[in-house]
Amino acid sequence: MIGNLDLATLQNIWWLIGSVVGSLFLFLTFVQGGQTLLFTTPQGDLEKNLIINSIGRKWELTFTTLVLFGGALFAAFPLFYATSFGGAYWVWMLILFTFIVQAVSFEYRSKPNNFLGAKTYEVFLLINGSLGILLIGAAVGTFFTGSRFVLNGYNSVAWQAPFHGLEAALNLFNVSLGLFLVFLARVLGALYLLNNIDHAPLNERCRAAAWVNFLIALPFLLVVLVSLLVMDGFAVDPATGVVSMESGKYLHNLLAMPMVDLLLLAGLVGVIYGVVSAKFLKKDCGIWFAGLGTVLVGLAIFALAGYNNTAFYPSLSDLQSSLSIRNASSSHYTLVAMTYVALAVPFVLAYIFYVWKLMDAKKITPKELDGEYAKDMY
Amino acid sequence: MEMEILSTVNWARAQFALTAMYHWIFVPLTLGLSFLVAFFESIYLKSGNEEWKKITKFWMTLFGINFAIGVATGIILEFEFGTNWSNYSWMVGDIFGAPLAVEGIFAFFLEATFFAVMFFGWERVSKKFHLFSTWMVAVGSNLSAMWILIANGWMQFPTGMAFNPDKARFEMQNIWDVFLSPVAISKFVHATSSSFIVAALFVLGISALFLLQKRHQKMAKRSMAVAAVFGLVASLFVAINGDESAYSVAQRQPMKLAAMEGLYQGSTGASLVAFGVLNPAKDVGDNQSEFLVSAKLPGLLSLLATRDFNGFVPGINDLVAGNPAQNIIGANERVANGKIAVAALAGYKEAKGRGDAAGAAAALATFNTYQGDLGYGYLKNGEAAVPPVAATFYSFHIMVVLGSLFILLFVLVLYHLKKGDIENCTNLNQASFYALFFGYVASQAGWVVAEVGRQPWAIQNLLPVGVAATPIGSGNVQATFFIFLILFTTLLIAEIGIMVKQIKIGPEA
Ligand code: HDD
Ligand code: HEM
Ligand code: HEM
Repeated sequence: MIGNLDLATLQNIWWLIGSVVGSLFLFLTFVQGGQTLLFTTPQGDLEKNLIINSIGRKWELTFTTLVLFGGALFAAFPLFYATSFGGAYWVWMLILFTFIVQAVSFEYRSKPNNFLGAKTYEVFLLINGSLGILLIGAAVGTFFTGSRFVLNGYNSVAWQAPFHGLEAALNLFNVSLGLFLVFLARVLGALYLLNNIDHAPLNERCRAAAWVNFLIALPFLLVVLVSLLVMDGFAVDPATGVVSMESGKYLHNLLAMPMVDLLLLAGLVGVIYGVVSAKFLKKDCGIWFAGLGTVLVGLAIFALAGYNNTAFYPSLSDLQSSLSIRNASSSHYTLVAMTYVALAVPFVLAYIFYVWKLMDAKKITPKELDGEYAKDMY
Repeated sequence: MEMEILSTVNWARAQFALTAMYHWIFVPLTLGLSFLVAFFESIYLKSGNEEWKKITKFWMTLFGINFAIGVATGIILEFEFGTNWSNYSWMVGDIFGAPLAVEGIFAFFLEATFFAVMFFGWERVSKKFHLFSTWMVAVGSNLSAMWILIANGWMQFPTGMAFNPDKARFEMQNIWDVFLSPVAISKFVHATSSSFIVAALFVLGISALFLLQKRHQKMAKRSMAVAAVFGLVASLFVAINGDESAYSVAQRQPMKLAAMEGLYQGSTGASLVAFGVLNPAKDVGDNQSEFLVSAKLPGLLSLLATRDFNGFVPGINDLVAGNPAQNIIGANERVANGKIAVAALAGYKEAKGRGDAAGAAAALATFNTYQGDLGYGYLKNGEAAVPPVAATFYSFHIMVVLGSLFILLFVLVLYHLKKGDIENCTNLNQASFYALFFGYVASQAGWVVAEVGRQPWAIQNLLPVGVAATPIGSGNVQATFFIFLILFTTLLIAEIGIMVKQIKIGPEA
């Protein structure tokens, strides 16, 4: 059945799958948010340990989702994988370094004889939660603002940017998107901790943190949204594949795809409700609204970048080298095969959800940290 | 310019080798210890004996310490294909991306999800579900090994694809050929079972240390018994499937086999080198002898490579210059053919660009005739197809010798455990302790055989490493190489420090 779908449909499906994984990653950055909150929110070692042990049970999921995002893009849009990772070398390398140091920090921070000292591992977590997310935002920003590269006749890439990707961090739009994601992660982190930990003083601080970080995130979100409405975009002629600049392209995309407007709106409302419910309605479950909202906003952003005949990885050096979901994808055969594989994803989500519920049925309490299993705790 | 590209390629290779070898320090232990922990916990649940729970938790703690750094070193490999091998990623991404994505979906999420239950679920889920989770972590890590080895197996023996001249890339034609490739299966079986040896030696070595120090003796003997049985079974299995791996190499990568054995002049009834010191002055095609000293087992190499004492095994000279009597087309000739293919491909592109349909069709026809040797067209000459012989030869022999010694060690340990006097066997316990490190040596050596023996190819016969690399300034790659070196070494020091401390604390604390 899937084999009968035409190439364009499959390309659309895989852009959607990539968007879903990417958006789930954004939701799961509540772990990174929690890592930076470590430096602003808890008072005393107990609260700190509560936070570490709460997000410490989820960090691998976030990490693995990032890995899957890379793998899915490799399989479905190999030309993007080759072009972006090879060319924006330093951005991706720096992002990876921050995830390398994150991966050991939870496990090693409180173990005796850990060579670097607990403080160092906490700084690793901070770097991952701030710089790591900021750069991911900047890298996603280049979906709209473009990069400097040229593809030759064999599709091998030459980059013309001396800083190999770092110049992305010099662009207002990219940086705003990055900072928005950093503070969004902190909002999500605060809401997650609120829901996962049972310790009144910390819970109160989390409510406040969710609100404050939301307010800080707002201006960056505004810059991003307003820029999107007014900026020029990279349009692809569906008949010839020729790429050209179109003023107000992303505005046109919004008008052409009402579904996306709906996603964006619903997503923003979800995030706002999540925060408001925690701060003013004193509810604990805001993370679910804000989390779902984040996923929807993410989907909208990816849709704007890739659908409606838009080049999702534009080249500023040579417009015709720009990548779109049409010219960057795998072959029909591979997309079909991978779509069959993707049918397993709901099953994977189901067991993750089941285990999540099982493990989080009881909130984490200070008692758990020095109970029988104290030695296992982070 | 050419020097610059060469230097970028070599730094990229060095970086891949560095990061992969670091990753592989931790991976074998994860693969094997996850099963050992699952065994221990299963015994605990069956017997209800709290002693076994202590044993489980002790080894689980060590598992967790190792696992974290295994994950840290793994993420970079996934992305390095894009960052450092971008032409590779484009040319074969249509095929190669699939197993990596599948690995994420089917394996990494199992590990990630159940890992948290294994460490933090003791009081949150039922005992049975906890045990189930421990098993799922073991299954998940070994599944991840399977998918990545399918990817690696495809690089050693590319199948199931065709070249698309319009896009200048290889495209998948049959996913089952890729997933069920015999090379992938033999790699998976060998790499996982050899990892079980590494983990068995790890448990054995630490337990032997406890016996030498007269601490935790009961727990040590129990752990030893499980590990020695696991290790012995795995070792025998490894010897058998290692032989199968070698046979597979002989069929599909004869140049690698020749390098593994330092064989320059092919022959019937070829002998296997039991021990040898290579002659460093030896070159392809000259008359010098291959070894300074050597001990050989007559006929055995032919048996290994062809399943026949009198079979013909080609040497490096045959594979470079060709050997018409044995129907072997040499690399020299393939390089010449390959250059025709490269030129025809360029001609095709150019004619198409001009809108010259007839010219394009003619060029394409030429290309199709020679496309089997396309990869060779990027090599300078036939000799460039020879891998570094010394590294391949020595690492192969180190691996096999160590593998044989491990079998002996496991047998001796089991014998003395049965006899009940293992705590008095000081020499044996010392040997067990040192064997812990040699397990890692054998395992790393195995990858050197597999990867260095594949040079100069990134993908056997299709894509030499020089064409696969990302064309960025070598300074960038050099810089990241050193960052990795410093970062990974620092984390390794931390890991070892924590590990040693936990071993000192021991199970009872
Ligand atoms: C035979 C086994 C094997 C081999 C050859 C490799 N790995 Fe590996 N990898 C594992 C077996 C494994 C594992 C046992 O599943 C790990 C190691 C420690 C761990 O925690 O999981 C892992 C972790 C791991 C992770 C972190 C996964 C996570 O999110 O939990 C990534 C991204 C990779 N690996 C990627 C790679 C790539 C791209 C490789 C090849 C170039 C590679 N690995 C070689
Ligand atoms: C984790 C275990 C592995 C180890 C220890 C290992 C070891 C090595 C070494 C030593 C090299 C350098 C060879 C040279 O340049 O002389 C290398 C290169 C390479 N290996 Fe592996 N390898 C491992 C797994 C893999 C896997 C599973 C893949 C594919 C999925 C792979 C793909 C490559 C690539 C692309 C290169 C660079 C190109 C090249 O130099 O051939 N490796 N590896
Ligand atoms: C006892 C006899 C053994 C034989 C005959 C043997 C044979 C081989 C051969 C021929 C290869 C190369 C396969 C290829 O290039 O595709 C290989 C690779 C390898 N060996 Fe062994 N081996 C033996 C023991 C061991 C031991 C004891 C270990 C580790 C504890 C080990 C670990 C490895 C690893 C990790 C690889 C790379 C993965 C792979 O290519 O499958 N081997 N072995």
